[in-house]
Parts: sequence; structure tokens; C-alpha cells
Amino acid sequence: MSSPSAASPPPPPVDAGAPALDDLRAEAFAWARKPRRFGSWYVTEHMVRAMRAYGWTIVVGAVGQPILYLLGLAVGLAALITVPIVDHGQQVSYLMFVAPALLATATISVASEEMTYPVMSGFKWRRYFYGFNASPLSSPQIANGVIAGATARMFVASVAYYLIVWLLPFGAVPNPATGWLAIFAGVLAGLAFGIPLMAYAGSIQDDKGQFALVQRFIFMPMFLFSGTFYPLDTLPLWLQWIGWISPLWHGAELGRVATYGAAVDPLMIGIHIAYLLALSIGGYVWGRRIFVRRLAT
Amino acid sequence: MISARSLVKAYKVKGKPDFVAVDGLDFEVAPGESFGLLGPNGAGKSTTMKMIGAVSTRTGGDLSILGLDPDRYGPEIRSRLGVVPQQDNLDAELNARENLYVYGRYFGLPGKVCHQKADELLAFAQLEDKAKSKVDALSGGMKRRLTIARGLINDPRILLLDEPTTGLDPQARHVLWDRLFRLKERGTTLVLTTHYMDEAEQLCDRLIVVDKGRIMAEGTPASLIREHSSREVLEVRFGSDRNQQAADTLQGVGDRVEVLPDRVLIYAADGEAALERVTAEGLEPITSLVRRSSLEDVFLRLTGRSLIE
Repeated sequence: MSSPSAASPPPPPVDAGAPALDDLRAEAFAWARKPRRFGSWYVTEHMVRAMRAYGWTIVVGAVGQPILYLLGLAVGLAALITVPIVDHGQQVSYLMFVAPALLATATISVASEEMTYPVMSGFKWRRYFYGFNASPLSSPQIANGVIAGATARMFVASVAYYLIVWLLPFGAVPNPATGWLAIFAGVLAGLAFGIPLMAYAGSIQDDKGQFALVQRFIFMPMFLFSGTFYPLDTLPLWLQWIGWISPLWHGAELGRVATYGAAVDPLMIGIHIAYLLALSIGGYVWGRRIFVRRLAT
Repeated sequence: MISARSLVKAYKVKGKPDFVAVDGLDFEVAPGESFGLLGPNGAGKSTTMKMIGAVSTRTGGDLSILGLDPDRYGPEIRSRLGVVPQQDNLDAELNARENLYVYGRYFGLPGKVCHQKADELLAFAQLEDKAKSKVDALSGGMKRRLTIARGLINDPRILLLDEPTTGLDPQARHVLWDRLFRLKERGTTLVLTTHYMDEAEQLCDRLIVVDKGRIMAEGTPASLIREHSSREVLEVRFGSDRNQQAADTLQGVGDRVEVLPDRVLIYAADGEAALERVTAEGLEPITSLVRRSSLEDVFLRLTGRSLIE
């Protein structure tokens, strides 16, 4: 075996026309300036562009789902439930009560799509995150872009839902002056559920149907036991905890304050917002770490 | 352009000593040079490429790319590199042209410039008529060409190619080599890994032979062959159960005799003369072939192993 340096000829002389190292360095600094600043938005642009491939699904889902739910509940179930719902001591129609919760459900369900399969695809199936990472973008910027892309779609769903419940003649939004804030409550609930899910999706090495389990054993129970269809305090105490930890209940409660001025204690409003922010930020810290670690291997 | 000194990459393995994938590599790459890392699978080539690509951090030694430390200036370095990974990682939700466009955006190029570059590069990759095709509709060779085109969107100073033609049929490989050769003529610095000797001979001005994370030899393809092998090689087959016995008889013919499971290699300046000696020994090979020495022979000589196992 020859030693590397002993047997090796010297590298060829540097071409006289080649740029000096200082120029190359300066050029690299100039090129990296914009990606360092705007990289997260470039990833967002990519994610949104890729969504156009299933753009129809997004539009039909965002518009069709609320219409179906409203018809089902307003024409069907609400006709059966003639007794008004008593929420925080206030009598409201059944549709007023469920509309903000359904809006939050819509954003959470978008989050559960956009923060799972595309993440798995980026790391494992298509590996396109590795393609992003070979460009000047950093791993945290890639995570940011995935979140921002999903947020854009959540806004589409949330705005569509709000407009439909507000504009259709069911009287689901008696306070339109503050009602629009339900859009943001819904998106915040989606982020609180979606960002930790993104981190989990990034940590999965092999797809063994984990996302289907999340859907069945996290999303579904959350949907059923988070005070979506009836006030949470009508449940026995041993089931209420599901609502307390669920982003859906916190998001729905905020939405109810916005759309019909539900008499929620201001302290509780603060707690709802803080809880949703805590889940989002905690999930972000976890997810960012997973993106950095996984893309460096 | 690139300077590596005692470059080390080790991975922690639970309950075991660290796995050292790259074990003290030293090399330099000059501007406009086409530099190759040749070695079998698992030699540490891809790990080295990831460190040069400023995505994986080194465990030891020094590494400087374009005069910058990749641990600190990753985005700066990556903004001037083009990367063609071993596995294509194009976005299947987008068409060929969009893949180029969005990648250009990552470098902060304005949309108009990205569109213009995308069209130029589709022409370079001979994919103009596939501009609107989804990635999944492209053949393996086309996907590779598109990945190379994507790697050129920022007019990189250095193009990194990790096993660029693995898995391609011979025709697709030749098309790809032609494109890479054009880049080389334009003065782009190329760094490529391969376990194909013909590829290394075609494309590399200089290369290092790597095995188990260490450099076994360094030089131009011709100088490596001259230094570590004979001018010609005679390949003779006697049948798998007779090769060893025949080789024992043939010791002393040519410079060196090497037995592989399926054939015997005789290294000699004159292959035909060696073949005459084989028949003079009373041995009748089933098949015989005289060829020029290649980098495969160099690798076999240096490691006692074949490149493709």
C-alpha cells in the first residue's frame, strides 16, 4: 500500500485565469445573502406550487366539507335538537355552537394531511428535502417552509369555512364584527396540532401505518370528545381531559368567543391561546431539531 | 477550490466503537480540474461528498471549500455548488421545467432569470420536449440529466456528482458523459465519485483511489495504471474448478498472475506473447482476451479486491 502523499503527484498548477480565493469568497457571500434571509419563503413557494398538483382536492375539500356538514347538521341533526344549547350560561342555536368547532376541525384535518405525508415524502419516499438542503437553504428554513406552506392551505380552508357559515342563511355567526377572528383561532389550532405532528413525521424512519393510527386514535377521539358537538362539561369528568389536552377544544372555544361572544372567562381565553402557542412552539423546537439532525446524515 | 487535510468522519454506534467512514483524507482540487474519488461501495466516497457539499459536518481534520469553512459558512458554500446526488430527489408533484424553476429560486434568483435558466438548461440536458412532463414520466437517464441540469441552475463553481451513472443503461451513460464533458470543456470544476473505472478514465483528470475511508493511491488515470499495473492484461478462463491449478502452473508468466473466481489475469507488457507462453505450457484456456490495463486492475492490485463485488 502506498502512502497517500508519498506516491501522489502534486495537483496541477492553478490556471492563471482562475479567480482568486478572495474573489470566490466574496462571490459566495453575495450569493448567500438572499437565501439566508428569505430561504424559508422559497420553500413555502415550492410547497404551495406543489399543492397545485392537487389544487382541485384542496378547493373542493375547503368549500365542499363545510357545505356538507352544514346541510347535514342544520337540515338534519339541528331539526332533531330543538332544545337550545346552553354554553357558558348562554342559550345558542345548535348550529352556532358547532360551526366554530367544525371550522377548527377543518384546519386540523388540513394540518394532519400537510404535516404528515409530504414530510415523509421529503425525507424518505422522494427525498426532496435533501435536494433543498444541497442548495443554500438551511434545515430550519426547510422546516419553516413546510409549516408556512401548510399554514397557507389552512388559511384557505379556514377562510372558505368562515365565509360559508357566515354567508349561508343559517345565522351561525351573529357577531360578524369579531367573527372573522375565528379564522385565526382555527389556524392556530391547526398549527398546535400540525407542528408537533410534523416533528413526529420527521422522526419516522419506516412507514408502518403510523399516520393511519394518528388518524384513528388521536384525530377521531379528539373530534368526538372535544366539545365539538356538545359543551365539554356535559361529559363525565373522566372523559373531559381529552378535551383539555386537545387543540381542537381550545381552538373551538376561541372561535365561539369570536362568532357569538361566548361568555368565556378572559383568563381562560388567555389559557386557550397560551396552550395552543405552547404546543406550536414546543413542536417547532422538536421538529427543527429533527430536521437538522436528519438532513445532516 | 477544495482543500482537505486529515479529514475524518466518524459515526457513533450504540454499544460499539465509533464507525470511521472517512479516515484521514488529504487532497486538493484546483479550479477547472475534474477530480474523482474511485472506490467500492462503502469506501467513504459519499460521506466525503456530503462533507464537501457542506451538509454533513466533519469529525476531525480541516476542510476548506472556496476558501471557506463548511461548518461555519454552509449556505455561502452551497450557493456556489451544484450537487447531483446518488439518488434523484426531484419533486414528482412538479414537471421538469418547474423543478428547475423552483430550484433556481432557492438561490435567490429572480423568477424571470429562473425561467430563462430553466429553458437554457432543458436544452443543455436535451429535455426540451419533456419540459412539461411530470418527473415520473421520465426515464432513468432523463431524470439524471434533469438532476444535473438542476445542479447547474446557479452556474456553480464546483459541480459534485455522486455516482452519476449508476443504474443507467450504456446508451444513457454515454449521453451523460457527453454532457459532463462539455461542462469540463467550459471550465466547471467537477468532483465525482464512481465505482466504474471506465467512467473515471473518461472524466477524471486526476483521482484518488479510496478504500475503507483511506486513500490508497492518487494520480492521473494513466499514471496510476503505469505505476500499479502492466501495459496489458491477458484474461484466460479454464473453468471455475481449474483456474487455481492453472494459475499455479502459470506463475512466472508475465509480471504477475492473479486468480479471480471466474478467470485468471496475467499482467504483462505483451499480452499476446503471454498467451503464447500459456499454450506452450500445455494449457488450453476455454476463452482468452488481451486488453489494456484499467483502473480496475489498479484497484485489484492495491486492495486485493475487485471494485464491484
